[in-house]
Amino acid sequence: MIYSKGLQYAYDQKRILQFPDINCSDQETLLILGQSGKGKTTLLHLLALLLKPKAGEIVIDNQELTHLSPANASKIRSKKIGIIYQKPHFVGSLNVLDNLILANFLANEKENKSKALFLAEQLGFSDHLYKKTHQLSQGEQQRVSIARSLMNQPSVILADEPTSSLDDDNCRKVVSLLKAQSEQIGASLLVVTHDQRLKNEFLNQVQLS
Amino acid sequence: MNFLTKCNLAKPTNTQEFIVMNILKISLANIKKKKSTSFLSALLLTLGIGMISLLLLLNKQLDDQFKKNIKGIDMVVGAKGSPLQLILSSIYQIDAPTGNIPLSEVNQLKRNPFVKTVIPLAMGDNYQSFRIVGTNKTYPEHFEVSILSGKLFEKPMDVTIGDKVARTTGLKIGDTFASSHGLDEAGDAHESHKYLVTGIFKPTETVIDQLVLTSLESIWEVHQHEEEGQSNSIELLAHEGHDEQEELQITSALIKFRSPMGLMALPRQVNSTTSMQAALPSIEINRLFSLMGVGIDTLRALAIIIILIAGLSVLISLYNSLRERKYEMALMLSMGATRQTLFMMLLLEGLMLAILGYFCGIALSRVGLFLFSNAAEQDFHYSLYQFKLLTEEVYLFVGAVGVGFIAALLPSLGIFRLNISRTLAEE
Repeated sequence: MIYSKGLQYAYDQKRILQFPDINCSDQETLLILGQSGKGKTTLLHLLALLLKPKAGEIVIDNQELTHLSPANASKIRSKKIGIIYQKPHFVGSLNVLDNLILANFLANEKENKSKALFLAEQLGFSDHLYKKTHQLSQGEQQRVSIARSLMNQPSVILADEPTSSLDDDNCRKVVSLLKAQSEQIGASLLVVTHDQRLKNEFLNQVQLS
Repeated sequence: MNFLTKCNLAKPTNTQEFIVMNILKISLANIKKKKSTSFLSALLLTLGIGMISLLLLLNKQLDDQFKKNIKGIDMVVGAKGSPLQLILSSIYQIDAPTGNIPLSEVNQLKRNPFVKTVIPLAMGDNYQSFRIVGTNKTYPEHFEVSILSGKLFEKPMDVTIGDKVARTTGLKIGDTFASSHGLDEAGDAHESHKYLVTGIFKPTETVIDQLVLTSLESIWEVHQHEEEGQSNSIELLAHEGHDEQEELQITSALIKFRSPMGLMALPRQVNSTTSMQAALPSIEINRLFSLMGVGIDTLRALAIIIILIAGLSVLISLYNSLRERKYEMALMLSMGATRQTLFMMLLLEGLMLAILGYFCGIALSRVGLFLFSNAAEQDFHYSLYQFKLLTEEVYLFVGAVGVGFIAALLPSLGIFRLNISRTLAEE
């Protein structure tokens, strides 16, 4: 579970952004909608502990996280937060399977190849495990990055515009996979987007203004 | 699934080892991914290291060969001319002799209190381009060479041959052969006089290996008859002055002193009071080396420049790849990698290229030496095979790794300035 209260972020002295409170329990989903320039990515980075807020607090699994040192924040992020970025990015020199296992390795967890194989099966890219990531289509790449975000059994999944570069078909597929997978591991799923196609897919929604 | 789970359990659990292994894997994958730039960096380093290593090897080989053969010989006397030529022809048997000197004058030197040994040498003929040298038993004694089979030459026209001569020409004890006139194979054969092989020397790795030794009398005999037979034969070095008097002549003599004092008095005495010239091997060889040194220094400077360019190429390639992989780095940082880990990973890429370049360079220098040695063997009968790693090459390894380290260090430091959030948001 994740919630935030009174989050503020200061780009510089004048431009201070205030965010609505977020609350998402385990196995729940939350859609955060907003037009470009409303600070969607900033909010996601705050929740992912990639940025430090000016004020407010973030709690994941009953642990207050706003005052952690960058090193500790990095540790928590690697174990508890799975992040899916707008454009799927990978370590280009490694193949699909190694990119998945990399998540274990970087989080200092035991390499879990069977989990990678299981996820590849579930998300439908088990034929591509030994290809380089750039050989996959956009939709396939996005599914690989979903699998990567699940590798360490996170309690929160943050997705930044996961569907913006996908067609309707792939969009529906990716969203249902996201929902199914996060429910399966009992994580909270937060999706930040301006994609109006997702409006009807999520019960809980927050509008950034 | 079951099998896989077992595999996972077998994975190393020691975290430190765990991390190092995987960083190595990613670094290797990165090197493989940018094949052309990696290849260029490694190639430049290979060339630079190869050149320096080859120079070191040749330098050592030449130094060894020159020192081994010069050992114990304090002075060489021969006909007036170039002192370097006299040394090269008399000690190393690689240049033409300067001319002839009367045996009587050489014998007078023997009575000088400073002189310990006089080794007379008479050259001028060859067998299959191996030089036939007339001398006496003091010459093989000087090199402390023992007989492998047969015995040392005694009677005129008996010869004892060096190890390489025996192996190359296939001459055996009891074989006879006619010598050719001059110092290369093309000379006319002295068909009327046949030499008889009576012994073969053990290998010594000195000049003896490539010589056919015989008594002075043999040389005199061959050439005396020759001159009687054909009055207008091609007068070659060893023969000049023959027709004027019947005095016995030799080509040169190697002198050992009783004490270093001889060095002070004798050369001057010989040069001013006799028709001969005295040359000091140590001085002439130093002169030769200082002449070659200019060339060697130039090549070495060139090699160092190539190595530095290789370093620059590693630097630029890593710098570019870090720029291209900025997002990748930010991604790995967001996934829990520490900056130190990524720094190590980048550093390893540079180091691996340096190490690869080093070993290719060392291999290349051996190939170069092999080719060079083959050429030298054909022209001078000297072999320069020595493929062991030199001490200097260990320092060269440290140098190569140092260049790789510094070249990788500068761009790798960029990882500590990377802004994760901004980089991830940019694309």
